[in-house]
Amino acid sequence: MKKVQINYERCIGCKHCEIACIIEHSSSKELFSCIEEQPYPKRFINVEVSDMQTYPVNCRHCDFPLCMNICPVSAIRKEKDGTVLIEPSFCIGCGMCAMACPFGVIKYTVLEAPAKTKRTVAVKCDGCRDRVKMGRLPACVEACKTGALSYESIEEYESKKRKEVVSFLGKEPQEAAPIEIVMWRDYLSRLYNLNKEE
Amino acid sequence: MKEKTIDKQAALILNKASEEGIETAWDRYERQLPQCGYGQLGLCCTLCALGPCRIDPFGEGPSRGVCGADRNTMVARNLLQMLASGAAAHSDHGREVLEVALSTAMEKAQGYKITDSEKLRRIAQEYGIQTNDKEDKEILKELSLAMMEEFGTIKGNIQFVKRAPAKRQEIWHNLDVIPRGIDREIVEAMHRVHMGVDNHYISILLHGIRTAIADGWGGSMIATEMSDILFGTPSLKESEVGLSTLREDQVNIVLHGHNPVLSEQIVVAAQDKELLDMAKEKGAKGINIVGMCCTGNEILMRQGIPIAGNMLNQELAIITGAVEAVVVDYQCIFPAILEVAKCFHTKIITTSEKAKFAGAIHCEFHPEKALETAKEIIKIAIENYPNRKRERVIIPDSSSKLMAGFSVETILSALGGSLSPIVDAIKQGKIKGAVGIVGCNNPKIKHDYGHVVLAKELIKKDVLVVVTGCSAIACAKAGLLMPDALSLAGDGLKEVLGSLGVPPVLHMGSCVDCSRILVLLSSIAKEIGVDISDLPVAGAAPEWYSQKAVSIGTYFVASGVFTVLGIAPRIFGSKKVTELLGDKLQEVIKAKFAIEPDPVKAAELIMDHINKKRSSLGI
Repeated sequence: MKKVQINYERCIGCKHCEIACIIEHSSSKELFSCIEEQPYPKRFINVEVSDMQTYPVNCRHCDFPLCMNICPVSAIRKEKDGTVLIEPSFCIGCGMCAMACPFGVIKYTVLEAPAKTKRTVAVKCDGCRDRVKMGRLPACVEACKTGALSYESIEEYESKKRKEVVSFLGKEPQEAAPIEIVMWRDYLSRLYNLNKEE
Repeated sequence: MKEKTIDKQAALILNKASEEGIETAWDRYERQLPQCGYGQLGLCCTLCALGPCRIDPFGEGPSRGVCGADRNTMVARNLLQMLASGAAAHSDHGREVLEVALSTAMEKAQGYKITDSEKLRRIAQEYGIQTNDKEDKEILKELSLAMMEEFGTIKGNIQFVKRAPAKRQEIWHNLDVIPRGIDREIVEAMHRVHMGVDNHYISILLHGIRTAIADGWGGSMIATEMSDILFGTPSLKESEVGLSTLREDQVNIVLHGHNPVLSEQIVVAAQDKELLDMAKEKGAKGINIVGMCCTGNEILMRQGIPIAGNMLNQELAIITGAVEAVVVDYQCIFPAILEVAKCFHTKIITTSEKAKFAGAIHCEFHPEKALETAKEIIKIAIENYPNRKRERVIIPDSSSKLMAGFSVETILSALGGSLSPIVDAIKQGKIKGAVGIVGCNNPKIKHDYGHVVLAKELIKKDVLVVVTGCSAIACAKAGLLMPDALSLAGDGLKEVLGSLGVPPVLHMGSCVDCSRILVLLSSIAKEIGVDISDLPVAGAAPEWYSQKAVSIGTYFVASGVFTVLGIAPRIFGSKKVTELLGDKLQEVIKAKFAIEPDPVKAAELIMDHINKKRSSLGI
């Protein structure tokens, strides 16, 4: 199955993926109006930072989804295409899936329920199935201009990686990235290490 | 808090902030992480509405903006826009001092006078103004008008570039970067960054050099010189530094920002008997005026007013709970202080027509009623004194002493009227060279660490250090602005400065006073008969953040001073721009930039440079 794969080397922390995800999962699907929506539309990909290096974190649509297995009301299912989905009308908001998920990518939102009651339910990445059905890329992948996110199967991803690795053989390690990026990351790591010192 | 600041008093108050749940710049920085890589690399362009555009630094995504700008154009344009804003800030500050000077000359200003008549006459002569048999006020009027004309002059060049050594002027002339007018270069910079105007990164950056010279040898230098004429040329002063300058039993007023025009009047008004009586009625023992950032430096240099801290201390001063009013003019004032002040009784008082903050009390400065406004401001603070919640007050104790006031004139008189003692000491190798450490604070680097460690490293190696702006305040807090600090200096420096009774690190003023460093370097170069770029000197901005610092760094390099930046400007996205600034500029202007966040390594780079220059001079 194809899913959103991550090439961490390419992430520069711009968070375009986060904004594209918010827009896609808003009611209006439009930037200027979605910022007014209540509840605020959720992002299902987060760019986290550690030691000044940035990492996008998203649902891996696991083959053995812990979230699904632990759900006491079977609100989570795995579709034929591999996408792991939550059925909001079943969800009781217990939080078991969030605790089980190794990536911390389950979020919660407030749903308008019948008879004007409100319910908090779990929500997560839906793999942009609506877009993919129309032959489009998931919103986060489309927004990423550095190639940190790609939409492909793990086999395709690995094959690409093997080709990349052999192309670096015999070259200096810094040639793995453009010189601009090497200089910038070197500066960032020096700054980071400096602040860590006593 | 050890990882955030080396200022122990700041660490104490940061703990208080964290216990009380008050957000500071360090928290906001954490919340901003990760900061966008396109922005950091200079590869995000928001200049026009074709965009916002970004260029993929990995070379697979977009390589040009919608207009077709490539990475070199984009990085250079962004840098020039940043520099122009900085040059504009300094120069507009200069213009405001001139406006006060002119209304003083016309006898329309309230509370102002000519304090340094000798300097007035000296500078008037530089401008070709006839001074014989003329009243000071008449000269001041002519000089103010002549300086005002520098902003939009049509004579072809600004006056003070003539202060540079002949060789330097020749380099500028050949490169065609002599500013034709202060405003003109800033306006032209904004024109050039418009879509479809200047697209060649070299041409864009050369104009950056011209704009920066218009600041350093223009707007900033005018601000310094005219402030000296009105408020007095700084002379040796002893004072105190740190949050501990706030007083438990007095009305505390913090003067924060950059321009001395109103703060000088507040200092005067704070001695007003009526106001002092009023303070006593409210239960306070007195009125305690302290400075912050460069307004603080201005009144420290001229009046010896204690200084509470630098840029990253501004929120912390309020968090002590002991501040009745923070009076601000402009530049480097965190919008956040309004929010912090809401947690306390502190009033934020804005004074500039061009720097307003929603929720602040606005007492607008006009020269015609400056003293009245100053008194009105102090009254607001006094009336607020009973609202202080004593149980929430923490004022750190044991402030550091400092020595300030090292204008070029002070340095000359300490040396007995001539630069030759210092030149001789440099020639003999007792002093290896001189370095100007300048610039801001930035939560990206441990507060004050860059400034203090660099200064200590350099004095240890017999390098004379001069400081301005937030750097000066950082060094003051670390005790480096006292003659005692010579114990940390090398033997040569100890011998020369010890005999003069001055500290190893000399406080030359606010950030516009970086122009004093240019004048000093120029005088030393002329004394030896060389260009500034031949001298064993360097500049450093270890913790810079502001657009003004981009302009300062650039006019240092343009003047021939090798300059090390602790924080990287947003240029890494273009290899060509990075190479130009860090290397090729050397061929063109005989100086270049280096980027080195670690102050110990920065000191090594600087020592290499100084030693190279020494051997070229044959000393």
